[in-house]
Amino acid sequence: MDSAFIPEGVKRCPFSQFLAGLGVVGVVLAWGIYAMLLCWLKGLNQTNMNDSYGFALWIWADLAIIALGGGAFFSGFLKYIVGKDELKNIINFAVLIGFICYSSALLILAIDIGQPLRGWFIFWHANVHSMLTEVAFCLSCYFGVLTIEYIPLILENRKIDKIPFFHNLSHNMHEIMAVFASTGAFLSCFHQGSLGGVAGVLFGRPFAYREGLLVWPWTFFLFTWSAAAYGPCFTIFLTRLLEKITGKKLVKDNVIDLLAKISGWMIFTYIIAKIIDTWYWAAVTVHSKGQTLMDFYDDNMFYGLWILVAEIVVGGIFPALILLTKKGRNSEALLWTAVILACLGVCINRWVMVLQVMAAPVLPFEDWALYYPSWQEVATTILPVAYGIILVMISYRYLPIFPQEKELNPIESY
Amino acid sequence: MTQEYRKEKKYGMVIDLDKCTGCGACMVACMAENNVPFRDNETDKLKSITWMRVYQLNNGKSYPNEEICYLPRPCMHCEGHNGHSPCVTVCPAIATDYDRETGIVSQIITRCFGCRYCMGACPYHARYFNWWDPVWPDGMEKSLSPNVSPRMRGVVEKCTFCFHRYQLAYEKAASEGRRELRENEYQPSCTQACPAGAITFGDLINKNQAVYKMKKDPRAFRLLERLGTNPKIYYLSSREWVRRAGDNYHPDEETGIVKNHR
Ligand code: SF4
Ligand code: SF4
Repeated sequence: MDSAFIPEGVKRCPFSQFLAGLGVVGVVLAWGIYAMLLCWLKGLNQTNMNDSYGFALWIWADLAIIALGGGAFFSGFLKYIVGKDELKNIINFAVLIGFICYSSALLILAIDIGQPLRGWFIFWHANVHSMLTEVAFCLSCYFGVLTIEYIPLILENRKIDKIPFFHNLSHNMHEIMAVFASTGAFLSCFHQGSLGGVAGVLFGRPFAYREGLLVWPWTFFLFTWSAAAYGPCFTIFLTRLLEKITGKKLVKDNVIDLLAKISGWMIFTYIIAKIIDTWYWAAVTVHSKGQTLMDFYDDNMFYGLWILVAEIVVGGIFPALILLTKKGRNSEALLWTAVILACLGVCINRWVMVLQVMAAPVLPFEDWALYYPSWQEVATTILPVAYGIILVMISYRYLPIFPQEKELNPIESY
Repeated sequence: MTQEYRKEKKYGMVIDLDKCTGCGACMVACMAENNVPFRDNETDKLKSITWMRVYQLNNGKSYPNEEICYLPRPCMHCEGHNGHSPCVTVCPAIATDYDRETGIVSQIITRCFGCRYCMGACPYHARYFNWWDPVWPDGMEKSLSPNVSPRMRGVVEKCTFCFHRYQLAYEKAASEGRRELRENEYQPSCTQACPAGAITFGDLINKNQAVYKMKKDPRAFRLLERLGTNPKIYYLSSREWVRRAGDNYHPDEETGIVKNHR
């Protein structure tokens, strides 16, 4: 029925099956939208946040999806600046994932603020000293860049491409894409960094506070580094997942192997920096405030040393070691394990840098504050996932996201 | 003697914990003065707004050695390093500001868009979010203070040292041709309400005011001084365990090791 829109030389499921799939995910999307409207109309009393947890599930989700979406800027950087040309076969997908992650992050931020209609104050009355201002500016600009990177992909749709104007526009946009990709990489370094800075500058919160270089706390650099390191793992994870779902090979192994190897080195170096940071923070920073490492991992129901081990060893050292070895990258099971652990590792890092910061008491006579999200918070956090799935479904069906698909899956009748 | 036009001041408090009985009059006076909203059910203290909150501290020992101390906690109006208060520096919209004329950390309700970053930055939990729109019991609207605008849901609020009182006092002084306020002309509501006289308020850098001398008392300490927040609330206690509860210390450390900005 919609075959005229489907890229040439590839096979897609029947339209009815596609619609049914959309319908199922659409229900989840509707649930999320309902929760979002509740938050907007009734206010943030719909959440389980409280005066100890001003930042909670949403801010974590924001930080996590932006870290995971880091695959877009880092693959762009590798392809256009470093010159790793093989990555052109996965860059479209990385851009699509990035676009989804960043639009979701902006949406979540719009739900998260108490007075959404005043959201523009962050641009209008901008406090240049605030990390959040930097986040808002860079995030919006980079979202603009991702949109510009995504548009030529839409224009490559078989039907749209037939219109000469769009065909030429798409061609011309491709020509200058390196400029946008470099701009994107530059902006990304700043907003990934400033997201790290959000916690790192809190000198009233010893768990988060980090010394640093000039106005940037160490978390600024660690966040950029980790997003570049772990983001590609998420891109690989989703590519593999899509291959499982569609039952087709979409990207050649050498492309995945290259990305996995680079990611492995990045995670490896990052985790060394993270270990040094943790050690310095515990031995020097926190010590000078009259506290010890165990003050932050003890004496409460949830945050034990296990979370530090899960983040650094299970979600950092393990995946790095797997991805660094050829055997690890070549084994399907090990590659899956590595990318899943890596995604979990970076999510745990973002979690502790938001939630544990809020949970740990600072005044000696206060206690740990624990929190669980309300269903409205969970639904609005799942909302972007549903939206992302829908956008991937539509893009995969109608746009030539994977340039190697045709070659890897020849259709007999052709 | 000629007076400088609005000389820099650092308004602050000295709270004598040896005198505080924990009666909570300061909390009540603050709520009434500043039109602080409340709900039918106030059991969830993590969602109720208390600009001034009285904490109950104990020495961790059991009867008969147990001791209690009450500690009133308003906003500390932190000066940080050179006016860089923890909360002021992070606010992306300059909705909270360190006023160099008075040393008061302001909260601009109509500018705040409710991102709550400042709440995360404040180690004293002095900032509160309006999770709901205020609902006043029937007829209570008429008794609200006309000098303080009630807040809407979705914004953060906190103690302002009753800044409207400063403005009123200043206007009065100006109408009398004076440029300087007398010590007793500007006093916050909590200070005046305290039946034990535990709270003293004034300009911490004015040698002629009581707080200037009191902050040099050997019993004096401030909360979490080691973090560099540089708060403008001083506490007095003759009990060592209370002074120790004011900050984090390693077992081998003495209290008072931090150089006070006194
Ligand atoms: S006590 Fe908290 S709200 Fe008040 S000035 Fe200090 S950091 Fe800001
Ligand atoms: S909640 Fe309001 S005052 Fe606090 S940081 Fe955000 S905009 Fe500023």
